[in-house]
Amino acid sequence: MLENYLPILLFIIVGLGVGVVLLAAGFILGPRKPSEEKLSPYECGFEAFEDSRMRFDVRYYLVAILFIIFDLEIAFLFPWAIVLDEIGLFGFASMGVFLAILLIGFLYEWKKGALEWE
Amino acid sequence: MTNEAFETPNLLLALPEIWLLAMACVVLVVDLFSNDRDHGPAFWLTQVTLLGGIIITVSTQWGVDATTFSGTYVADSLGALLKIGILVLAFLGFAYSRDYMRDRGILKGEYYMLGLFAVLGMMVTVSAGNLLSLYLGVELMSLSLYALVAIDRDSSRASEAAMKYFVLGALASGMLLYGMSMLYGVTGTLDLGEITAAAAELDDRRFLFLFGLVFMMVGVAFKFGAVPFHMWVPDVYHGAPTPVTLMIATASKVAAVGLFLRLIGEGLLPLLESWQHMVVLLAVLSLLIGNTVALVQTNIKRMLAYSTFNHVGFILMGFVAGTPEGYAASVFYALTYAFTVAATFGVVLLLARKGFEADHITDLKGLNDRSPLFAFVVLILMISLTGIPGTVGFYAKWMVLKSVVEAGFVWLAVLAVIGAVVGAFYYLRLVRYCYFDKAEGEGPQPTGSGGFQAVLAANGLLVLVAGIFPGTLVAVCLAAFL
Amino acid sequence: MENLLLIIVLAPLAGAIIAGFFGGTIGRAGAHWVTSLSVALSCLLSFHVLLGLISGDRQPFDGTVYNWMVAGGIQFQVGFLVDRLTAMMMVVVTFVSLMVHIYTIGYMADEEHNWPKDSLAGVNAYQRFFSYIALFTFAMLMLVMSNNFLQLFFAWEAVGLVSYLLIGFWMNRPTAVFANLKAFLVNRVGDFGFLLGIGVVLLFYGSLNYSEVFATAAANPDLTMSIFGGAEWQVATVAGILLFIGAMGKSAQVPLHVWLPDSMEGPTPISALIHAATMVTAGIFMVARMSPIYELSAVALSFILVIGAITALFMGLVGLVQNDIKRVVAYSTLSQLGYMVVALGVSAYAAGVYHLMTHAFFKALLFLGAGSVIIAMHHKQDMREMGGLKKYMPVTYWTMLIGTLALIGFPAFSGYFSKDGIILAVAESQRAGATFAYLCVLAGVFVTALYSFRLLFLVFHGEGRMDRHTREHLHESPLVVTIPLILLAIPSVLIGLVTVMPMVLGDWFGDAIFVSQANDVLAAVAAKYDSAWGLVAHGFVSLPLYLAAAGFLTAWYLYVIRPDLPDQLRQRFALAYTILEKKYWFDELHLNVFAGIGRALGRFFWKVTDVGLIDGLLVNGTARTIGRVAAGLRRVQTGFLFHYAFVMIIGLLVMLTWFVFGAR
Repeated sequence: MLENYLPILLFIIVGLGVGVVLLAAGFILGPRKPSEEKLSPYECGFEAFEDSRMRFDVRYYLVAILFIIFDLEIAFLFPWAIVLDEIGLFGFASMGVFLAILLIGFLYEWKKGALEWE
Repeated sequence: MTNEAFETPNLLLALPEIWLLAMACVVLVVDLFSNDRDHGPAFWLTQVTLLGGIIITVSTQWGVDATTFSGTYVADSLGALLKIGILVLAFLGFAYSRDYMRDRGILKGEYYMLGLFAVLGMMVTVSAGNLLSLYLGVELMSLSLYALVAIDRDSSRASEAAMKYFVLGALASGMLLYGMSMLYGVTGTLDLGEITAAAAELDDRRFLFLFGLVFMMVGVAFKFGAVPFHMWVPDVYHGAPTPVTLMIATASKVAAVGLFLRLIGEGLLPLLESWQHMVVLLAVLSLLIGNTVALVQTNIKRMLAYSTFNHVGFILMGFVAGTPEGYAASVFYALTYAFTVAATFGVVLLLARKGFEADHITDLKGLNDRSPLFAFVVLILMISLTGIPGTVGFYAKWMVLKSVVEAGFVWLAVLAVIGAVVGAFYYLRLVRYCYFDKAEGEGPQPTGSGGFQAVLAANGLLVLVAGIFPGTLVAVCLAAFL
Repeated sequence: MENLLLIIVLAPLAGAIIAGFFGGTIGRAGAHWVTSLSVALSCLLSFHVLLGLISGDRQPFDGTVYNWMVAGGIQFQVGFLVDRLTAMMMVVVTFVSLMVHIYTIGYMADEEHNWPKDSLAGVNAYQRFFSYIALFTFAMLMLVMSNNFLQLFFAWEAVGLVSYLLIGFWMNRPTAVFANLKAFLVNRVGDFGFLLGIGVVLLFYGSLNYSEVFATAAANPDLTMSIFGGAEWQVATVAGILLFIGAMGKSAQVPLHVWLPDSMEGPTPISALIHAATMVTAGIFMVARMSPIYELSAVALSFILVIGAITALFMGLVGLVQNDIKRVVAYSTLSQLGYMVVALGVSAYAAGVYHLMTHAFFKALLFLGAGSVIIAMHHKQDMREMGGLKKYMPVTYWTMLIGTLALIGFPAFSGYFSKDGIILAVAESQRAGATFAYLCVLAGVFVTALYSFRLLFLVFHGEGRMDRHTREHLHESPLVVTIPLILLAIPSVLIGLVTVMPMVLGDWFGDAIFVSQANDVLAAVAAKYDSAWGLVAHGFVSLPLYLAAAGFLTAWYLYVIRPDLPDQLRQRFALAYTILEKKYWFDELHLNVFAGIGRALGRFFWKVTDVGLIDGLLVNGTARTIGRVAAGLRRVQTGFLFHYAFVMIIGLLVMLTWFVFGAR
């Protein structure tokens, strides 16, 4: 029963190990020249603590939303790839249809100029 | 871990939706690459899509009773009937709206795409056999409609309406979803058929079941615009461009009937005793509020919004009995009402021109002098909405009242009839303006292309014909449930 | 068969719709062509159906075309029942209608003069007229072809409506408007009885379909119902009398006859089509159609017999003192309708319907002839201003003479057979009231001949009494007028000789008319005569012919030999003259007594209950209250999003508490 969780334990250990090693390596090996920009916390290109009613460029959100759609598509593709051998040709075709619809959406945003920054 | 054999679904059964989806994508791409300022290709392709959808629905789904996609999709006569209604209404909506949208500079390709996706959502809703697909359909419909309301981006009134619609709609969707999750929690299944079976043998879990039922009822009532979940209706009807109002007032009501029937009317039929009184409450409130407030409205769109409550009350009354006859009455009512209202909005659109909305009731003054044909159409529509014997509106009301009386709610029937009498006042007022008043200033002038006028006249006269020969449609509605 | 029947019915309707709604577009010629052709098509197909039924190629059709609605287990349908009776009626209706359509082209040719200048009512009036008569043809066909009471009632009302519209066709003449209102109101009285009769049939026989009702009625002949606390009445009697009250309105029987003379305000083609040949005979047809019900009730038949006999004699008498040419013919129609009703009353349905047919031809002929005279006289109708028209209008004269001979029953003319058939049948009958009826119809023969020839002599013989201007413009009417006259004259002469044996004395109608063995007076008549010529020969040795001859001689003496005598007679018999002149004071009775009481009651309810109670308290009070409530509720619609959401949440909470927690 408990041995089922052994891979997870190993995963945790390796994860911790890699994290610690990398941080330690950077801490030991990296040059240290702090500046104001480097010390300020980073959040998506905005000041982290500021009036919430500030102005921002709406194009930024457009890109962000478009990104999310294609990001989620990837999340959908992974499980599909794993069971591909079980769902057969129909499963393959389904994903084809899904991607085709997505492609049409992509075409739409491209043609409408949503991807052009200026 | 069981490894169920994966079953290839029967795509043919869902052909209407597949056709609509495919064509919506085609419309999108064609419109993208066409340079027509009037979006002619999109318009014609859309109408072809809807007509094709009607043909496909009739030929593949009427008289069928089957499920596909692992039970999430139901192909049956009820769904087919509602879908045909939705498709026809959408067809009328697009046919009436072209000139209006062009005059206001909001004739965009998106209008057709969003419209088609809304129709697709409605179709999925009425064919759902599973909570998941039901919700999917409802959301697809709602999201498209939110965006459509705001299609006139420069109008602050439309944006405000869209915002309200969206926020309240999201709230209602949340409640609907919450109710569904209760159901899932109690029964452990999303399949409506299995939920029905579970509802039939409830024991101590009844409390949770009812809890979920109330939330779902709220969500459904919102889609109907039933009092007290109606507050969005007047603002949205008034704020949205008239063609969009038309679609919300007609096709989405038919879809709401489908939503109710799938989810509660048939899905939770064993709990009839519990939801019967909820529906009665909603119906009574709708009848009371709708009729009284409609009396003092001076804007046709707002007046129709309030009078919608009255008709929603009638549609809900048909559900009260929980019998096939009652359901058939509701479907008949919803279809004929939507058809009549579509023509009413059509007249408003016909008279509207650049810089003139023709949505004030006095804008109809003297219509008979300008266009006897459309004054006559208004007359037919209004007496049908009033429910004067000999019109289709009368048969609809009569069927509903019959089912309510048979279910033992005589007082409700009496209340509804009184409401209908009050309704006569504000409907016939329009007729008075058409016939007995002289036009002020330029007065009403039918604009619009010949095709538009022909379809509108046919729409109006069909209401008349359906009043003289209601038998066929009644038989079709009954057949959908037997 | 079904499609064929639908075409027959719907062709005139289509014509009416086209001429009515698109009259302005298609113009005058378009309107009369489209309606005439549609009726011609109907007429042709009707002949086809009739011949098919006679030759046996077709079987009688009884079927439903459309299921209108079902309520409480009762089917409301549109259906056709076409047997020989119906087919005969279809032919009569469409043929006379076609003649009238053609005739109208001439009659209405200069109808613009009949409208005041600048009156919008005259716009497209010509097309409107054709639309109406085609619509009438449709309604009348629906009436005779119906296979159920509901459709019968609808068509019954529809012909009444068209009649109303056409009597008041010249809608800016006050007399015409009064006349059409009168026709409508008097018919409402009859229709009320008719509707009650249908109600009784539905209640006790449980169906609206003829064949089902007849079967049920035959199965339970002694079914009774109690009216007004206790008295048991036979259902067939009640239903029969109530339905006949409807027929009394439509077929203008005493005392509901008062509208028919006034209806002469309408254009003459209408008087011929609706108020002589077809619509007014609907009652006769209806009773014949319902013969299986009437045969069950001797009481109802006696009632019918007496009413018919009174109408036949006394309305004819009024015709003697009329001076308006159309009114004379109108009273003659009343009298002849009385004859038909008498025939029904003695169970000689076939004779009644047969008289209906022959009368349709010769009376339409007489009306159209009168119309032709009126055209020549520049729309003057007073016979005292006519005279000597024979030399100016030979075709009109000779055809009207034929019509008159047919009407008085000159041997071998069509009217002879039908009228003699009725008289013989009444003589055979043992029914209560038959003796009275026999005397009435015999006296009626004399009266008929008298007023008919009075009309003929006053109009066509003697000195011309018209003014100079009119005299100079006298001429025969155009071909569109005279051809229908000639075409109608042919059946007026011949139809009797050809058809009397099978239709009256034979079993031509088959199952369409049911006569019980004991009542079959026509069979008794048939036993005595074996051919049409036998009947003719009999005519010369029997009373009616000599009575008619006496009538002719009297008229000849009074109006040709001694034209001064009528005035002297008038003074000598002033009382009798006044009674006839005032038409037995029926109009005054209706106007002052019934309408007066009705108006007094109405005024009472208006002043006291309506204005005070209903308007003041209920209507306006309610309206004010609702208005106030609405204004308050309107304020709830604030426009604020959070208010809206708040209302939703409240609603949710109320429903939760009430239905979930309250239910436990």
